[in-house]
Amino acid sequence: MTDLWQALSVALSLVAGLDRELMEIVGLSLRVSLTAVAAAALIGLPLGAALTVTRFPGRGFCIVALNSLMGLPPVVVGLIVYLMLSRAGPLGVFGLLFTPTAMIIAQTVLITPIIASLSRQISDDLWTEYREQLRSLGVERRRAIATLLWDGRAGLLTAVLAGFGRASAEVGAVMIVGGNIDHVTRVMTTTIAMETGKGNLALALGLGIVLIAISLIINGLTFGLGAATRPERAAL
Amino acid sequence: MRKFFFLGLCFLAFPATAEDRFITLASTTSTENSGLFAHILPRFTEQSGVSVRVIAVGTGAALRLGARGDVDAVLVHARPAELDFVAAGHGVARREVMHNDFIVIGPISDPAGLRGGRDIAIALRKIEAARLGFISRGDDSGTHKAERRYWKSADIDPGQGSGKWYLETGAGMGATLNVAAAKSAYALTDRATWLAFGNRSGLAILAEGDPRLRNPYGVIMVNPTKHRHVKHDLARKFIDWLVSRTGKSAIASFRIDGRRVFFPAP
Amino acid sequence: MTGSILPLRVDGLTLLAGNRRLLDNLTFELAAGKRSVILGPNGAGKSLMLRLCHGLITPSAGSIVWGGGDIPAAHLVQCQAMVFQKPVMLRRSTAANISHALACRGVKRRERASRVDEALSRTGLETLARVPARVLSAGEQQRLALARAWIIRPEVLFLDEPTASLDPAASRDVEDIIHAIHDAGTKIVLTTQDLGQARRIADEILFLHRGRLVEHAPAEEFFNGPTAPEAHTFLSGELIALDQNHA
Repeated sequence: MTDLWQALSVALSLVAGLDRELMEIVGLSLRVSLTAVAAAALIGLPLGAALTVTRFPGRGFCIVALNSLMGLPPVVVGLIVYLMLSRAGPLGVFGLLFTPTAMIIAQTVLITPIIASLSRQISDDLWTEYREQLRSLGVERRRAIATLLWDGRAGLLTAVLAGFGRASAEVGAVMIVGGNIDHVTRVMTTTIAMETGKGNLALALGLGIVLIAISLIINGLTFGLGAATRPERAAL
Repeated sequence: MRKFFFLGLCFLAFPATAEDRFITLASTTSTENSGLFAHILPRFTEQSGVSVRVIAVGTGAALRLGARGDVDAVLVHARPAELDFVAAGHGVARREVMHNDFIVIGPISDPAGLRGGRDIAIALRKIEAARLGFISRGDDSGTHKAERRYWKSADIDPGQGSGKWYLETGAGMGATLNVAAAKSAYALTDRATWLAFGNRSGLAILAEGDPRLRNPYGVIMVNPTKHRHVKHDLARKFIDWLVSRTGKSAIASFRIDGRRVFFPAP
Repeated sequence: MTGSILPLRVDGLTLLAGNRRLLDNLTFELAAGKRSVILGPNGAGKSLMLRLCHGLITPSAGSIVWGGGDIPAAHLVQCQAMVFQKPVMLRRSTAANISHALACRGVKRRERASRVDEALSRTGLETLARVPARVLSAGEQQRLALARAWIIRPEVLFLDEPTASLDPAASRDVEDIIHAIHDAGTKIVLTTQDLGQARRIADEILFLHRGRLVEHAPAEEFFNGPTAPEAHTFLSGELIALDQNHA
């Protein structure tokens, strides 16, 4: 228990003191994960809805594959992206390894399947309700996708938050493709792993508490935003 | 409202591209975790204007990064592997930089009776005879390679007891020490990591000083002929600085708890 | 291609499910101007017939020919609309639901606003414009569905038992709107089990029984004395239950 109290006090003193290193690490963590989530949402949300409205041979297999990719181990994704971006690899010329961009790429690969899978499920549920009416209105595929995405926005937002949670919590991928370089690619999770490796357990746990607190704040903001913009549920 | 949110996201995507001069150096976790780089690298950057980005992994991984051309130079402590690296054409301009030493740590109660001993072979035989826990890196790192050499010199194959009294974590020095602390077991570690380690509860140094425990470090530039993008001029600057008088004094001035842990090569 | 899509000629229309004949060899013609009501007991296949004509389902056999016969599918879609028994409301406001229908037709944003206001007032929904459609009462939702269908000015409006789940007052409102749509020039094709509603609306009756078109006659003729025995039984108020075993 004393470890936990120690960790809590470390966390509070870091945050209260606006420790510069901490701010830098938190800033990079947010930059990487938020960018990855934005990219993954841009790809995954329409992909899921498209899978709903399009029938093609092999569709079932695609859905199974997509669902399975949700369970990709982050360290495996990191390894694959490393091999792609390595100088000895196909995309080596861009020299992206050990940069925040590489971390964003790895996390995007990691969470796009999650967002796409959930988007497909949410769209499927809406489609069973909307299909006939939308066909009657003569809605073509692109508009159908847009309609499903907008109408499913509540569930899709949760899907995006799930993706963000996965991205900000993972350490395996960003460690391999980022290299945990001080001031360059060091994020919260890699710092926690490193400090644990140095035996600084209270500091590691304290940073973990900060990470959880940030996640709480982001989710809280999102929830509040949703509640505020929802039109008044008139008590009819 | 939504538009601003998306614009904000776009700003996040653009990397802060500071076009400063830098090289990437693959080194080991033990070196990084000791705090040496945080001490000496700023001095190099101040003098040369070149910053050094350290990627700390195991020795084997560091050399592989070098072989693939993903870094500009490597700094590791595994001489046989380093010489193989150069012989295979992956690296050039190898220089001896410094050495530190390995020590054997274990539970303060020292049930195997190592305390005060200098000889590493004797110490290892005592541990094996007592069949008490020994935690190994098991990760093909410089430390692990050295550890294997010492077992061999004591005529013991610890692999026989793997999973029983000889536990291989396959992880970095710190993680391995965490396991040793939790299990009150013995382990081989470098002095720098030990002094900088924050979780030493219940553990102490039990054997040290054997000349065979000397752990030399070498720096190698990744072969620029093989990998055209390697920043060979900046890497050259770094290597030259490490073995120069300023570099040596920077290394020598590094202290943990007032103790000198790294000794620059003559 | 701006020709009329009517008349609709259906020939030998059949729908099978396994070896059950859900619809059996329907042949009829629907012309412009007359309000056609498809009447019949539960399970007669009225809803299926409507969906087949509207193009939501593909028939197992038979033909559905609109207008001259070579009307492109895209044009057909533009000229028809359908109102379902349970209205499908998008998760947005009443006005946005109507606007969405216009957007689907490619109407630009600026032009939509005034047309939406017009549709709202014609169906008595002005005060509910900003209310989320899903919290409207059943009657209000059905009026919204009508507004949405009407705003695209279809040539044919299909309605599948539109007042089945509504109370008498709401049903009356819906029927008033249907009359207005008819007066504006749209052909009404409506299914119902409600005799009173059929009497109020129909110009011609198509009577369906167990998937077969048993009688097709002008409304007055039908209600004064139907020729088919099943129709006669239906009119006299005896329940004709759907017998699964004889399907």
